Amino acid sequence: MIPTPALEIIVLVWGLILLLAEAFTPKIDKRVFAFAGIFGLAAVLLGSFFLAPGAPIASTGFWSFYTADPLAIFFKRFALVTTIFVLIMAIDYAPTIRMGVPGAEPHAGLGEFFALPIFTCAGLMWMASAIDFVMIFVSLELVTMSFYVLVTFTRRNPATLEAGVKYLILSALSTGFLVYGITWIFGVTGETNLARIGLALTTNDFDQVPLLFGLLLVLVALGFKIAAVPFQIWVPDVYQGAPTPVTAFLSVGSKAAGFVVLLRVLTPFLILPQVGKVLVAMAALTLLYGNFAALPQTNLKRLLAYSSIAHAGYLLVGVASFSGTAVAFYLVGYLLMTLLCFAVLIVVAAHGGEQIENYAGLAKRSPFLAGAMLVGMLSLAGVPFTAGFLGKFYVFDAAVQQRQTVLLVIGVITVGCGFYYYLKVVRAMFWLEPPNDSPTIRVSVLSRGAMILLIAGIFVFGVYPQPILRALEARPATSTAATR
Amino acid sequence: MLRFIVFAPLLTALLILFGSPARWTALIGSGLTALATLVAFFRYDAGAGGFQFVRSWTISESWRLHFLLGADGLTLVMLILAALVLLCAVWFTPPIEKSERLFYACLLLLASGAIGAFASLDLFFFYAFHELALIPTFLLIGIWGTGNRYAAAWKVTIYLALGSFVLLLGLLLLYRSVPVASRSFDLRVLQSLGHAGAIAPAAQNTIFLLLLIGFGVLVSLFPFHSWAPEAYASAPAPAAMLHAGVLKKFGLYGLLRIAMPLLPEGARHWSWLLLVLLSGNIIYVGLVTIAQKRLDWMLGYSSVMHMGYIFLGIASANLIGMNGAAVLMFAHGISIALLFALAGEIRRRTGTLVFSDLGGLAKIMPFAGFAFGVATFAAIGLPGFANFAAEVMVFFGAFRVGADLQGLHFFQVTTVLALWGVVISAVYMLRAYRMIFMGAPNEKWNILPDLAQTLRLPVILLIAATLTIGCFPNTALRVLRPTFAPSVAQSTR
Repeated sequence: MIPTPALEIIVLVWGLILLLAEAFTPKIDKRVFAFAGIFGLAAVLLGSFFLAPGAPIASTGFWSFYTADPLAIFFKRFALVTTIFVLIMAIDYAPTIRMGVPGAEPHAGLGEFFALPIFTCAGLMWMASAIDFVMIFVSLELVTMSFYVLVTFTRRNPATLEAGVKYLILSALSTGFLVYGITWIFGVTGETNLARIGLALTTNDFDQVPLLFGLLLVLVALGFKIAAVPFQIWVPDVYQGAPTPVTAFLSVGSKAAGFVVLLRVLTPFLILPQVGKVLVAMAALTLLYGNFAALPQTNLKRLLAYSSIAHAGYLLVGVASFSGTAVAFYLVGYLLMTLLCFAVLIVVAAHGGEQIENYAGLAKRSPFLAGAMLVGMLSLAGVPFTAGFLGKFYVFDAAVQQRQTVLLVIGVITVGCGFYYYLKVVRAMFWLEPPNDSPTIRVSVLSRGAMILLIAGIFVFGVYPQPILRALEARPATSTAATR
Repeated sequence: MLRFIVFAPLLTALLILFGSPARWTALIGSGLTALATLVAFFRYDAGAGGFQFVRSWTISESWRLHFLLGADGLTLVMLILAALVLLCAVWFTPPIEKSERLFYACLLLLASGAIGAFASLDLFFFYAFHELALIPTFLLIGIWGTGNRYAAAWKVTIYLALGSFVLLLGLLLLYRSVPVASRSFDLRVLQSLGHAGAIAPAAQNTIFLLLLIGFGVLVSLFPFHSWAPEAYASAPAPAAMLHAGVLKKFGLYGLLRIAMPLLPEGARHWSWLLLVLLSGNIIYVGLVTIAQKRLDWMLGYSSVMHMGYIFLGIASANLIGMNGAAVLMFAHGISIALLFALAGEIRRRTGTLVFSDLGGLAKIMPFAGFAFGVATFAAIGLPGFANFAAEVMVFFGAFRVGADLQGLHFFQVTTVLALWGVVISAVYMLRAYRMIFMGAPNEKWNILPDLAQTLRLPVILLIAATLTIGCFPNTALRVLRPTFAPSVAQSTR
């Protein structure tokens, strides 16, 4: 039996070991460190199934800012799985990184690129457990700091530098909003612990205006993390400019952790009626913007950036309908299908480019990759028997239950948009003829295995959701209101 | 039994994708499926009625979601239609030059979507199977279509995706509208709740409207029909056969299976709307059909028009009308599949389907001319064909509604209009036959070969099916009657 907090500590120590080992072994093939990282994280993932039961939420001490409830453990595993797949992608992406990093050694810089995601992973895992604003802030910063480096990693590429600067400035700004919001909430309630804030809100009679102001500032910061409109401006450029594995990490790991924190933070504030309205407005705008802006895109990476905004919209529908389980389930589907698409993108981009037109005739050039991309796109669009559909089904069901008519109407329209822009990729792969000089595409065994795993996951969870639902059951009392 | 029927086309598609010889595997797979549906049809115990061959696998305890297969008379009739048309569509597939495997796999997936939807007793899988068929349609039209195929593929896919998400909302509302203790996706549970009046009338109105629009889009109910002619004109013939003949019936099946029995109040409330829209199908689309100058577009529009009769039968909500609607679904599926198959063969030979370019083909291709003639008569609804038996039932059923009110009721007006629609369909069908097969033959068609010997068998199969039901409608009614009797008894109470 392993105590839950040990998971993060093991991950962190493993990351430090790799980083140090990397510094003292300049000559070896640095991809060893990626395999070592994958191995370590997989071991931790395995360990997460043999956890000692966590202590109940205490009023002081360690267990007052760290929780080991099912939601937390679920998202710890989520972060681990994401990071493992990102590292697998990074191995395939290594040649591109080498071109983008100045340095005399053939493997200069690669080691850090494989080690840093492990620190991000530790941060994401802490975020999943954070139930105190201080803890939330610190773990969020750990994630953001490592992303600053990762986003700008291929620094010879001007687009990457631009992306890095945009991410740095806007992210720092949003952090400022977060801290400022926390201070306002602390000023009104005198607490940073979410459970005690909730308790204080129900028992005492506060002035609502400063409280709402503080919450609004916190929502701005979290809206930035999950790419919700109107805080999504950075997303297309950063996603397009960053190294592709990092883009995948940003769009899955960072977003998922943002949603966990959002669910936890909102729990005590749901007794305020204004909060629901803000969420509905945010969800509606995000759905409309993400889907409509994705329609004319011709670059697949940018398309996926807009699609990630669109999916943030569906997730926000789940949040606005107070269904944490729906959000969690949707995120699982989102993880599988987004990582699958990015994995294919990396392989195809190495043999052509990131434009949709580079996918012309992929069905002939590489039936396996075309099939994988087809599954990914169909799942993103929401075709039944995929995890993506079941996620939408669950979210829509929650919205029907809460009678969110506006969101449902918008949701149906935007699903129609989604079919258009996702099928644009399918169209290129299957309808169009490949260009004559197109090279054959080889997929490494590791990537092929990872893609098959992801495809299997998409279909299994698209037909049989029960394992995930069971993992999310048995809610502790504190988060019942938000995650009903 | 049902497991085999549902999974055989799916497995066949997978086998083909993984390298089994495409045409033969598809033929054997669909042939076995068709045989299995016939066996199920004769093993169904009509005396006992209800759902038989029920199989259930639990998917999710917390949602009370099961993968639930079962069949009653209506299901069996639809399954036979689906399997028969699939077999003929595969048979009629000409040699495919590019990605032959993918073509057959798409065809089989399209059919398995329809078959799975018909055989599912669970709302979730009922819905999911149908939407599964959307993507093969997109690929079939986009890769192997003719004419303005890209636009057609986009239009049909997005139209149907939107329609099905409206439908999904309706189904979710339905799921949420019953008391928590008995909440379920199981159709049987919902049916017994519907009969017990557990769904509030106000809720019924909203849900019925959503279902009507959702299913309506899928069946090309006027004014949501504009995707259909374009898609059928562009689709390769086997795909058009399956889509127009089978898949489109899903929406009607849903209305008969879910909307009418579960939401009788909602159906009564919106019957005026349904009547207005279906008159649009029959009269407006009928006139549009007359104006067509190409056979493929004409057939596409005619299939939209004939949906109006089926809607009329459904709207009547009595035993004879609903039985008529069910038989008409079968009859129309057979006749339109045959027409699209022959149209595809003509297009393959001449490269055109414009009426003014063709003519006199009956002399050059006597068998095709004979088959097309039979299909034309069937589509018009001449006695002896299944369409006649079905339309008569629909008209009787619809005319009887409100007859006790002594006067011209809304239903009777619509029925009269619909009867005039038969004249319209006679006009365009016979005109098409005359312009293509009669008259002076065009010089350049003189060397065209007639229908290949091997292709005559599926033609005869389809004609035999429509004649059997046409002359002995009781074969179908034997199993259909116990399906509708309980729900009709309920709504007339």
